[in-house]
Amino acid sequence: MTSSRLPNGGSEIDRSKPLSFVFDDVEYPAFEGDTLASALLANAVNGGFRSPILGRPRGVMTSGTSEPNAFVEVSAPWFDPIVPATMAKAVDGLRSRSLPGVARLPESPPPERALGHHHAHLDVLVVGGGPAGIRAARRATEEGKRVLLVDEHHWAIRSQVGDVEVLTSAAVTGLYDDGFAVVHVREGGASRLCHVRAREIVLAPGAHERPIAFAGNDRPGVMLAGAAADYLDRFGVRPGERAVIFTTNDSSRAVAAALAAAGADIAAVLDVRDGAAVAETLGEDRVAGVRAADGRTLECDLLCVSGGWNPVIQLWRSVGGTVRYDATLACFLPDEGPPWLSVVGSAAGDGIEPSAAFWFVEGAEYSAHFVDLQRDQTVADVAGAVQRGLRNVEHVKRATYIGTAVDQGRTSGALAAGIVDHLLGTDRGAQGPSNPRPPWEPIPFRVLAGPYGGDLFDPVRTTPIHGWHIEHRAVFENVGQWKRPWYFPAEPGESLEDAVLRECAAARTGVAMMDASTLGKIEVVGADAAVFLDRMYTNAMSTLGVGRIRYGLMLGQDGMAFDDGVAMRLAEDGYLVTTTTGGAARVLDRFEEWLQTEWPDLRVYCTSVTEQWATIAVVGPLTREVLRAAGTDVDISNEAFPFMTWRDGHVAGLPARLARVSFSGELAVEVNVAGTDGLRAWKALFDAGASFGIMPYGTEAMHVLRAEKGFVIVGQDTDGTQTPDDLGMSWIVNTKKGDFIGRRSLHRRDTTRADRKHLVGLLPEEPGSLIAEGAQLVEAAEADAAPPVATIGHVTSSYRSAVLDRTFALALLTGGRSRVGETVVARSVTHDPIPATVTEPVFHDPEGTRRDG
Amino acid sequence: MLLIPCPWCGQRDENEFRYGGQAGIAYPADPDALTDEEWADFLFMRDNPKGWWTERWYHVQGCRRWFDLERNTATNETRRTTPEGES
Repeated sequence: MTSSRLPNGGSEIDRSKPLSFVFDDVEYPAFEGDTLASALLANAVNGGFRSPILGRPRGVMTSGTSEPNAFVEVSAPWFDPIVPATMAKAVDGLRSRSLPGVARLPESPPPERALGHHHAHLDVLVVGGGPAGIRAARRATEEGKRVLLVDEHHWAIRSQVGDVEVLTSAAVTGLYDDGFAVVHVREGGASRLCHVRAREIVLAPGAHERPIAFAGNDRPGVMLAGAAADYLDRFGVRPGERAVIFTTNDSSRAVAAALAAAGADIAAVLDVRDGAAVAETLGEDRVAGVRAADGRTLECDLLCVSGGWNPVIQLWRSVGGTVRYDATLACFLPDEGPPWLSVVGSAAGDGIEPSAAFWFVEGAEYSAHFVDLQRDQTVADVAGAVQRGLRNVEHVKRATYIGTAVDQGRTSGALAAGIVDHLLGTDRGAQGPSNPRPPWEPIPFRVLAGPYGGDLFDPVRTTPIHGWHIEHRAVFENVGQWKRPWYFPAEPGESLEDAVLRECAAARTGVAMMDASTLGKIEVVGADAAVFLDRMYTNAMSTLGVGRIRYGLMLGQDGMAFDDGVAMRLAEDGYLVTTTTGGAARVLDRFEEWLQTEWPDLRVYCTSVTEQWATIAVVGPLTREVLRAAGTDVDISNEAFPFMTWRDGHVAGLPARLARVSFSGELAVEVNVAGTDGLRAWKALFDAGASFGIMPYGTEAMHVLRAEKGFVIVGQDTDGTQTPDDLGMSWIVNTKKGDFIGRRSLHRRDTTRADRKHLVGLLPEEPGSLIAEGAQLVEAAEADAAPPVATIGHVTSSYRSAVLDRTFALALLTGGRSRVGETVVARSVTHDPIPATVTEPVFHDPEGTRRDG
Repeated sequence: MLLIPCPWCGQRDENEFRYGGQAGIAYPADPDALTDEEWADFLFMRDNPKGWWTERWYHVQGCRRWFDLERNTATNETRRTTPEGES
């Protein structure tokens, strides 16, 4: 037995409140206020941990967040995947097991905990509850400011802070511009995230003691000197019976005195300023002694190390604060920083003992001189990286992973920088320690997610007809935030393939209907609406007559397809334009951007009306029969209501705007009604269509129907690199009307190349073979060639067609329009090579005879 | 996270805004008069100074107005641009 609880003392523990906890299947007693680390030491558990890569025995080395060895997983009464034993509060019934510095995912999801996010808007946030932080917080509170003090430890500091609002067990995981801090608060089993915005942030995080690299400096029983003092003072635990002190500074004198006062023997104080040093530790699974540099062997069970103190400057640096090297203190101090940020206390260098700049003990070799214990990286590893030509600590960090572990380089960062400087022969402090990155304290993903999981992850948008779709077995797909029926199984279990063939056949030979309410709809109104739309679309919208509809394509300034839809001219000064379901927000944003930033002189107002309208597409040769059966006062004959026009009237007694548009090539009427009338209109049309065999259809059938006609879907058949000409849509580019977005890019050298990828059709030679969407196209001669094989295009859409009674596909193929009739081969990891004939992209009714019924 | 002074709404968190890149890139009066290289320069090439410059922001989750903001790219300090005609 080496470490033990003293009969008296311990400022943090309450000896009247005993408890017990389990560590690695053994039950131990502890007191209220203990950390797991202090309780383990009190029970003479001096090792018990392993290093992650080399599997070396390790023990508690620190008393706080810089701990690189003693990590545990907590499984009861709550779940914590990884926490330093030095930071985990001991509670009755807690179960924990040692981790080799790396967490494991639980086999089943941990039980839910009440997790929340909240926001605090403050005058002053003080980070750190030591004397300097408490002073700063009290002063600011007395000045009438709204102050919050956060401290990462659970230690009771409330009694010392007066009226200041305090959060303990609250770690700042990241500091960001303009006084924004993210604070992770552990409250027993629950964690929450506090987003703080403060006019002023005062950093008082203190200083971390620095270890020294020497042979076997990772052996259990090696402890930072200040930590040994902490265990004595705060927890009444004496971490050893016979100690050697190895130091570069005077802070360890008090530690030696405290250990002696607690009854420990001090075998020696080895001070590098006297030329003394520890050459190596002796012992097996824990320290049994040390060999000093002068050759002496000293028996001990505790080796207290102090290589000086590093002000905790990581948060300071994370928002651009600079540091300067202080040769007297042998550490980096905060220098210039943002105006809202200040540093007080030992983090600013106050009270830090002058130290020799001493990083490692010279030896014959350095493979057990540990620099980053949690990464099992040694002085030899740093030397290897420098030898390979890495001269910057940031590069050494990436080569060795030093400073990238949970402890974020608290004990290793400054040490590694000092060693690099030494190896390069540059001045001490020539390079600061590598930059830390958030999270400065580890934080579980579920705390970051907070309540925003499951149904709260993202808003779900549904149409007014959604409930009917559910009642009719719709299988849904997500389109942006929208839930859209994908297909409607006729009976439970009908496959997607069967349902889609059935739905498509109904649209082509009878009548079918779909809920198109999700299409984006924007009203563009104002005296200059026509001028504006002429600049936004490739074709002219100003020449469109009131009552008429025109398909429109929008390009990016780079000339590539951006979104498409139709424009209805409602009046001389008003249009309603539709967008793709997923593109509504970005089209409205783009309209507003150009109106505000480039053409503020145009009198145009844009309003999103997507949810104000419900849109029902009735599609198929029997469309007019269904509308008549539902009852309408609009003359829906082809003469009175031709293709690409709209009429206001009623359907089934409901005010409706009818539009002759078709995304399938069949006769079709879009019935637009007020959103609140959507369900009634849908039911009326469905009932009216019953005797005609009307079928609801979903997005998959819609995709097949439009692909049979060669209509592209922007975002599926395009990927932001297709011009209208690439898509075979030069007809929609009006070059006479004046400038429009993207126009100039259409006559760049690159966009006029003949060998660009063109939209083409593909017919697999075997009519039953379905090519995978995304399959790569290769020359026929390379059907079975071993990779690498040059690809000449890819498949963007691929379906089984009811009307064609075979499979077909759309593809982007290099120089595709000049290859019609040739054979290419589709290769995919999901199927054998499929030879296919290149065709025009329109497979069905190329003359367009069916749209009028 | 920046605290951005929206001219209409006051100081708001950066995540209410969308970034719009360098300000003051005027759309060419006659794009057809530009060579391919000049057009590409307009479309794609932007300054990348260390220090103060003027950039565009869009208060997409607020008033939905675009505005110009000066920001020091080295320190992330921000300040309102002075509207024309004022001092």
